[in-house]
Amino acid sequence: MSYLELLKLVSPEAMVVITALLVLAIGLTSRRATAVTGVSSVRPPTRAAENTAVAGLCSFMAAAGLVIAAIAVFMLPRNATLFGGMLVITPLNSLFKIICIALAFSTVLLAASKNAPRHAGEYLAIVLLATVGLMLLVGSEELLMIFIGLELLGLSLYVMAAFDKSDIRSAEAGLKYFLFGSTSSAFTLFGISLIYGMSGTTGLVAISQKLATTSVQPLLAVGIVMTLVGFAFKIAAAPFHLWAPDAYQGAPVPSAAFIASGSKVASFVVLGKIVLIGFAPVQGSANWHALIAGWSPVLAALAALSIVVGNLVALAQTNVRRLLAYSAVAHGGYTLIGLVAGGRDGFSAALFYTTIYAITLVGAFGVVGLVRRETGGDDYSNFYGLASRSPLLAGCMAIFMLSLAGIPPLAGFFGKFYLFSVALHASANHGLLWLVGVALLGSFISLYYYLMVLRAIFVEKSAPETDRRSLSTDRFLQKLTVSVLAAAVLILGVMPDILAARILATVP
Amino acid sequence: MIAWTIYITVAGAVLSLLVPRVVARWMALLTTIAGLALTLVMFVRTPIENLAHFTTIVRVPWVPALGMNYHLAIDGVSLTMVLVTGISAVSTVLFSWDVEDRQNEFFFWLLLVVGGCYGVFLSADLFLFFVFYELVIVPKYFLIAIFGSTNKEYGAMKLTLYSFFGGMFVFVGILVAYVTAGSLDLGQLSEFQFPPHLQTWAFPVLFLGFAVLAGIWPLHTWAPTGHVAAPTAGSMLLAGIVMKLGSYAGLRVAMNLFPQGFQMWSKWIVVLAVIGIIYAAAVALRQGDLKFVIGYSSVSHMGFVLLGLAAATSLSVSGAVLQMFSHGVIAALLFAVAGRMIYRRTHTRELDALAGMNLSRILPFAAFAFVIASAASMGIPGFSGFAAEITILIGAWKTYPVAVWITGAGMVLVAGFTLRALKQSFFADKPEGVRAQEGRVALDPDWNEQDSITVAEKCGACLLMFATLAVGIYPKLLLDRIMPAVETMRFLK
Repeated sequence: MSYLELLKLVSPEAMVVITALLVLAIGLTSRRATAVTGVSSVRPPTRAAENTAVAGLCSFMAAAGLVIAAIAVFMLPRNATLFGGMLVITPLNSLFKIICIALAFSTVLLAASKNAPRHAGEYLAIVLLATVGLMLLVGSEELLMIFIGLELLGLSLYVMAAFDKSDIRSAEAGLKYFLFGSTSSAFTLFGISLIYGMSGTTGLVAISQKLATTSVQPLLAVGIVMTLVGFAFKIAAAPFHLWAPDAYQGAPVPSAAFIASGSKVASFVVLGKIVLIGFAPVQGSANWHALIAGWSPVLAALAALSIVVGNLVALAQTNVRRLLAYSAVAHGGYTLIGLVAGGRDGFSAALFYTTIYAITLVGAFGVVGLVRRETGGDDYSNFYGLASRSPLLAGCMAIFMLSLAGIPPLAGFFGKFYLFSVALHASANHGLLWLVGVALLGSFISLYYYLMVLRAIFVEKSAPETDRRSLSTDRFLQKLTVSVLAAAVLILGVMPDILAARILATVP
Repeated sequence: MIAWTIYITVAGAVLSLLVPRVVARWMALLTTIAGLALTLVMFVRTPIENLAHFTTIVRVPWVPALGMNYHLAIDGVSLTMVLVTGISAVSTVLFSWDVEDRQNEFFFWLLLVVGGCYGVFLSADLFLFFVFYELVIVPKYFLIAIFGSTNKEYGAMKLTLYSFFGGMFVFVGILVAYVTAGSLDLGQLSEFQFPPHLQTWAFPVLFLGFAVLAGIWPLHTWAPTGHVAAPTAGSMLLAGIVMKLGSYAGLRVAMNLFPQGFQMWSKWIVVLAVIGIIYAAAVALRQGDLKFVIGYSSVSHMGFVLLGLAAATSLSVSGAVLQMFSHGVIAALLFAVAGRMIYRRTHTRELDALAGMNLSRILPFAAFAFVIASAASMGIPGFSGFAAEITILIGAWKTYPVAVWITGAGMVLVAGFTLRALKQSFFADKPEGVRAQEGRVALDPDWNEQDSITVAEKCGACLLMFATLAVGIYPKLLLDRIMPAVETMRFLK
């Protein structure tokens, strides 16, 4: 294979890397200039304006690079396999590369603002590198490459979480996320090495062939469980969710949005591929009347626990970001149900759900970010009276919260219906009914806390002394992004076929 | 054509969010009148024999991969329910003519509830049905929590969570039906033979889920608190239409899909229904708040609906549908008088306080409307309540004579609490000289601003009174359309 051909096949990833380097360069040159002239304590106002201009340019570059990368994904051939599965191009992978790019795109838009952080260029470059990590994760069917993707993604996200140097919570978020994340990486690596040791290969297809012929040894079981644990950290499934609340609450809002959306989507794509392709012969069964050992009961237990813990703990929260974090744990649990059900339908239901969830959550974080800039916090009390202060944001937040709660005609409702019907369908004799029951109970509980958010927005009156900073004129870009995401959630709820049929068609 | 009731209402909801404040109520009125007009045209023009079967109106593939269709259909039962929705909707808007605060939002949520109800009554696809069914839940929360009165946030949350709790069971039942039969089409599902052991547990799950919304005892407690907390329009919609969603769905979905399960459990539903009738009537007898009296009376009347359904003869089920219509109109009228006509002017609903106000002289029109509503509610011949309840009892006599005996005795209680409320609120013989002004001076500084009953209120009340009288005098008008449709349903065979 010639290098030219290789370059053609990795052109989307290459495009994003080049953009990252460009953005980094722009940011650095302007920073140098600032550092040289800005020695005196009083900054001339022109300097601030220039900074804003540079930040704007960086955002524009990053956004443009992502658009070009998305176009490059469209230009890829339909199917290709490189290096024994290290890079695989299938319609599914291409679709999810585009979804990841779209999520990164909205993160970039949310991060763009007039009073930009001091290191806009570096921040955006890291976002782009994380995006490369996502794309590698999505586009690989080989354990080593998956691990590299995970690490690239993880390291970028740790920095993103800790990026706000002026906020001690951000540092805490970054450190916690880093410690938990690296532990989980260790688990994953250990699991992968055991699997490699037992099967002699790291390609997922080859592993499944190997597993089908040999009986399951205890060491292999340990390897599988270790890998699953590593991914359970990534998707914040209980009891491995403890980093999530602090990371979601402390990290800068765009970072939190990205951690909650892009990272989650990619992790689910990869986890789905690993269990459904690689470990297919040892699926087992989580049916309540016919329990068979395998990864499926393990995932079912994780799912049930996540749903219960996530929803119950979310009830007690008064901070919206923490609440979103615990609800993320619960939603991770719902999504796992699709994988437990297994098969083509289960996988596509899980993918549909996690995509919908990611879109919703980016939007919700967008609203939280805007409210935070206006009022300086993100507790319930900061949302009081949002309906009168900004009807648009209130309406969007209502759409996001109700979609998460699974109220029709929003996308989350269809996602849940799809997931649960697939779960019941997959198991003989309604064997997974117990899991569906737990999930439904969970979504019943969740309605309460989502309504509490909406109660703060619509029912409570804002305190009269609330400092009404410019919510109306500024932040056009963010508001536009949030509105577009809300519209997407509504449209995907009314016409879910747009996405569901596409995912179903591409899942092998 | 009748499908346009849904589109018009939803479009009206969105529009009323966008138009200027003062126009919002006109927008809402126009929308609901258009919906009612469409229904009436349909009602008059459709030949009766076409209403015997659930006839498709629209059928468009929606999510082909999962077998979901956008499928609307109509028969006599649906048409009756759509009609009561239209009537209640118009009068509801008329009775919320003076909402001062956040009108746009108010009418948005209101019309969303109405649109969702139209949708439930017309859908012939299980998924579509569930979409509309759940769509109704959340707007109610906002209607009550933002615009309500007494203890509104508690009432709103309780009502929403109860509805959603029921919805959870419905979800399970629908999933099981879908997965087992592999179809979501109500027509196909009602011909599919579900295995008996599945029916024995799937029926109670599904029916219970629906019955929460219908206010079945002992899961009825959301209804009185919710009704009391709601703004007048909210109580009218809740008692008038939303509670019917539950009983309609129980009939259309649960009983039609799982007839064997229904046969097995019907006697327990009868027991719960009879307890509900008696218990709620007894509780209503002791309430001090007029709205609580009406709230419990709703539970009691819905007990009749459940009894009629569970008795499972064509007469009793038709009576139940008629009772859904009749109670929709009567409850709306009762809440309108209590919540709007009385409360807005006296700022109290306490029967003891009202007793001193001599309201029948100050508000003669309100007194007149309330007498009509009470008479209809008690089941005086000539009003729709009588026609419906007598049909239910005659129908149920064949299958559950004991229940009919007990219920017949219980109707005395119904008459008792209705007369008590009527007497205390309008015709108390407190000593002369206790004047209304003294009764509420501390509570209501702007008494004089809203003295007489407004035109909008009169129109709304007249519409409802006309409906209950028309059906009471000539019940064949509806029964001719309901009976054939009920007779084709599977569980009767």
